[in-house]
Order: sequence, then structure tokens, then C-alpha cells
Amino acid sequence: MAAFEIAGHAFDSRLIIGTGGFRSLEAMATAIEASGAEMATVAMRRVDASARGSVLDIVRDSGCIVLPNTAGCFTARDAVTTARLAREALETDWVKLEVIGDDRTLLPDAAELLEAAETLVDEGFTVLPYTSDDPVLAARLEDAGCAAVMPLGSPIGSGMGIANPYNLRLILERSRVPVILDAGIGTASDATVAMELGCAGILLASAISRAEDPGRMARAMRLAVEAGLLAREAGRIPRRLYAEASSPVEGTADLA
Amino acid sequence: MTKSYDVVVVGGGVVGLAAAWRARRRGLSVLVVERGRVGDGASGVAAGMLAPVTEADFGEDRAIALNLAGLERWPAFAAELSERSGVDTGYRRSGALVVAADRDDAEVLRRVAGLQRSLGLEASWLTGREARRLEPGLSPRVPGALEAPAEGYVDPPGVVAGLRAALLAEGGELREQTTVERLELADGGAHLEGMVLGDGASVRAEHVVLAAGAWSGGLAGLPPGEAPPIRPVKGQILSLRAGDRSLPAERLIRTLRCYVVSRTDGRVVIGATTEERGFDVRVTAEGIYRLLEAAREVLPDVDELEFVSARAGLRPGTPDNAPVVGRGEVDGLVWATGHGRNGVLLAPITAEALAALVCGEEPPEELASYGPDRFPARAVGAGRP
Repeated sequence: MAAFEIAGHAFDSRLIIGTGGFRSLEAMATAIEASGAEMATVAMRRVDASARGSVLDIVRDSGCIVLPNTAGCFTARDAVTTARLAREALETDWVKLEVIGDDRTLLPDAAELLEAAETLVDEGFTVLPYTSDDPVLAARLEDAGCAAVMPLGSPIGSGMGIANPYNLRLILERSRVPVILDAGIGTASDATVAMELGCAGILLASAISRAEDPGRMARAMRLAVEAGLLAREAGRIPRRLYAEASSPVEGTADLA
Repeated sequence: MTKSYDVVVVGGGVVGLAAAWRARRRGLSVLVVERGRVGDGASGVAAGMLAPVTEADFGEDRAIALNLAGLERWPAFAAELSERSGVDTGYRRSGALVVAADRDDAEVLRRVAGLQRSLGLEASWLTGREARRLEPGLSPRVPGALEAPAEGYVDPPGVVAGLRAALLAEGGELREQTTVERLELADGGAHLEGMVLGDGASVRAEHVVLAAGAWSGGLAGLPPGEAPPIRPVKGQILSLRAGDRSLPAERLIRTLRCYVVSRTDGRVVIGATTEERGFDVRVTAEGIYRLLEAAREVLPDVDELEFVSARAGLRPGTPDNAPVVGRGEVDGLVWATGHGRNGVLLAPITAEALAALVCGEEPPEELASYGPDRFPARAVGAGRP
């Protein structure tokens, strides 16, 4: 499978795994391993970076890069502060930027998100923003200097898949930075569809962490992402109204 | 002068005290060393839920069997403890409802109901109307609930007071406000001899039981690699009072975001957050807000309660969420920690296991495979504050 790059960093795996919602650290470690992910995102508002034996250590032990995120932030100021603290604590200037606008849907706050993205890019961060599937907002984030755009398929943890594939296509059409589908994946086929549509990668958490068997679902997601990418690269056949026999008639023996 | 004991227990929480009491009942000489007051740690912020059925989750079949065995021990344990100590443990088989706050919750709970059925657990699905017939204080918006009739709760401060009284009445010793300076090893570190206490006193012990909760791995003198991966898992909990108003509910009420224990004496406990924040024990506005929000969503009467206190404590967590009960690498050392959210539930069966272990016997079958040796040698956790 072809490697892909974010901000000059090459990844073999196109699956980024979230660490929220696991029943135990052991289940998390098993799932990370099975997913083949090379990067895992951790909510900096919800962990103490100096605590030993906790989420961050599990991620590091798995060999994954820690991608701090600003989950739980409701204002640009809060998100920027959280990103700065994460940079200090983890010595990384990468951040998954999340600014939530509504408690119930956890949808992004577009205005605050753009402002926070501009501030953080200005401060030298590599910003990966979690955004709505609005093509204009995605373009504005790209223009602001974000290293990727990460539109949702549907709300966080909803498992509703890609609610508006048309919008996602519009974003994919014009984006020059990697487009990573972030949030909404419910099962493996959702991830495959996103990759077939042209996403550079998938970020998901709940679909794995809240599955009945997270380890098995992590492997399913790994294969699904690979399958979607391979299918896209292989080039699917056109859709037709009528059948076309898979064995051609020309060149067969004339037995008349 | 160095005193000698058959068993020295480090940690005066429910697990440590119950273990000491059980060992004493078997005729062993026992000392409990507690750095604060008994029940100051995780026991002091526990709600005392005995809820193995509603706690059941996917992929944790082994834990469910253990938790059920834990529940089974409680009625007899509570009765014996009350009789010996004269203290009321607050044990009550109230039954429990896991309540859906909305239709999304109901979907999640129906999946859990399927799991419970497949495991043969005693639980049934109720419509919103049926649930409100049992608990009229539930919000009319509740679309359904899971009922687990065998569950209930105890009053952890009562249990701690009872264990303290029973232990002392039967000749066990207790030293509160006493830290452990260091453990002392002999035979090149292969054998645990005793310990030096914070006041300089030296005690010898045939067996040392480490029941110091989240702090168990940080004791000075432990050989490298001995400590299992124990980490602190923060929990915030609210205490309220019903006064002369009626209690919000009769049963233990849980949702996917909180639980509410309504004691017959009018005290109400709402818990608990689960946070990965190292040894931090600050009470936060968000913690209080989230718990109240989650509780009043299903029990609107919570608004009328008198607010008493908000506290935070540290549960001892392990990577697989299961306790560590068993002999250590070092001869004479026995581990009893890592009970996470189930310390109160598992205290009687853990005490039974520890009494067996220090007498050279095997622990109850359900706790037989929870020794520290199940973790790889390189300890991940074991932080110190």
C-alpha cells in the first residue's frame, strides 16, 4: 500500500486511532496493535501527561506517535491553551484541533475552529483540524495553513457513517492537503467507502473502542482501510444499467 | 524493641481491614498500618455499590464471574460483621435499575441486556412505564431500563467502622497516622522480613499484605519489577441529603453516565467520574456539573436535595481492570490491590483469599488466577505521588 504524507511525515498506515471509550488499558493496547495504526490521538484535557502507566504510556509502548487533541474545548482560547500545554508536555507541535460548538451533537464550532487554527499555525503548530463537512470551511482551514483537513462523516460516536458523501466529494475535489475522515464511522464498510471516495486516511475511535470485541474490530478496520484504498487505486468498473457477460463472446470456437 | 506478627497489612481501607479481620479470626497475630485514618483512601469516597450484573460488559466474562462471587459473599459477611462489631454496615439488597436517559441510551442498554441474557444473569428489560411504576421519581422521558433485582449497596463508612471495631475487639492491632518508611528484605532480597515504620519502629512479619490501593506499588524497599502495574484512577463523588423530603429512589439507580445511591437514612450519593489524572485529587466544577446533570436528567427530584460535599479519591487501577490478589515474587509478600471500582464489592472474597494465602492455603477458585504474575515483568505503572 502506498505511503502517504502529512506535513512531510510519511505513514504506512492510513488509519489513525483514537484512545477514548476503551473498557480497559489492556483492551486499548490490543486494539492499537491489531489496527496497525502508527498514530494515536489522546485528549489532553482528559489525561495528566506526567501520570505513569496510563493512556500515554500505553500509546508510546505500542510504538505509536502520540497526536494530542483538544477534545472538550469549547472556545478558541481554550483549544489554543490546551495545544500549547500539549506541546510543552509531549514535545510535539502536532495537534488535532477540536473546538466543539454544541454539547449534544459535539459538532465543531466553525468560527472558533478557524480562529484557533490561524493562531496555532502562526505559532508553528502542525494543525489537523476536526471540521464539519462544509467544503467552504475546509477550504478556509486549508488556506489558513492546516496540514490536513479532517471532516466528519457524521457526529462523533454516532456510528452513522458518511451522512453526506456529496459534501465529502466536494472537499476531496479541491483539497490540496490530505483529507482524513474523522468521526462517524460505525463499521468496516464505512471506512472502505471513505477510502474509495478518495480520503487519504481515516481517524476513528468509538467504532473500535465500543465494539463488543475491540481487537477484532481494529483488525477489521485495518483491512477495510486497505481494501478501500486498493479498490480506489485499482479503478472500479463503471456502473451499468444492463448486464455485461464477464466472459467475452468474441474469439470463442465456432461450433456451428 | 522489634515486635513480630504473623501478618502485617499495609493499608487500612476496606480490603486491608477485612483481610486483617479474617486473618485474626483464624488466630493469627495481626497489625494494620495506615498512614492516615482508616478508610481515608478510595474506601472513603466509595458509594458502596454491590452491582456485578449492571457492571457487566463485553469481553469481561472472567471479571463478571469474580464480581458475582463477590456479591454472593456479602450477605453473610455483613451479618457477621454487624454481629461482631455492633456497627450497621448499611447492607441492603435494594435492587438496581440501569436507566436510559434517551433512545440512544436505550439502544446501548438493549445490547447490554443481550449480553446479560447470554451470560444467564438475572436482569430484565422494562419499558419506561414499567420502570416508573417501580420508581415514580424517574423522569417521564425515560424510555426504558434494565432491572437487576439481586443488586444493592453497603455504607462504606459503616463497613470501615465495623471492621475497625471488630478487628480491635478480637485482639488485632491497628496503627493509624503511621507511614511505612521501607520494607526490609533478607536473603539477598528473596525474603521479606518486615518493615521500618515512619516513627522509626521496626516490625517483623511472616507475611506482609500490601493493600495500599493506588499507592501500593510505590513503597520503598520493593525490589525492581516486583510491583504490578497499578495506577491511580480518579473518581469524584457527591454527597447530598434528602432531609424530610422523600428519597429520589428506592433502588440503586444507574445511567451510562452516573449512579445514585439513596440510603434509607436520607443520605444520597451521586457518583462517579473516572479520570486518568495521576495522583490529582482536585474536585472540579466540570466533575460536579456532569454528575448533577446526569443524575437530574433521570431523577429530576435531585434538584431538591441539600448539597453536603463533593470529594475526589483514587481507585487503584490495573491494565485489565481486574484486582491483583496473590503472592508476590518475594517470599512473604502478598498483594491485595487493583480493585478499581470494585473494592467494596470484592472486599469479603479478597479477605477470604488473603486469609487463605497467609495460612498457606489456596484462595477461592474465582480469585485464583489474579496474582501479580499475570503481568509481564516490566511494570508499566507504579507511580509515586
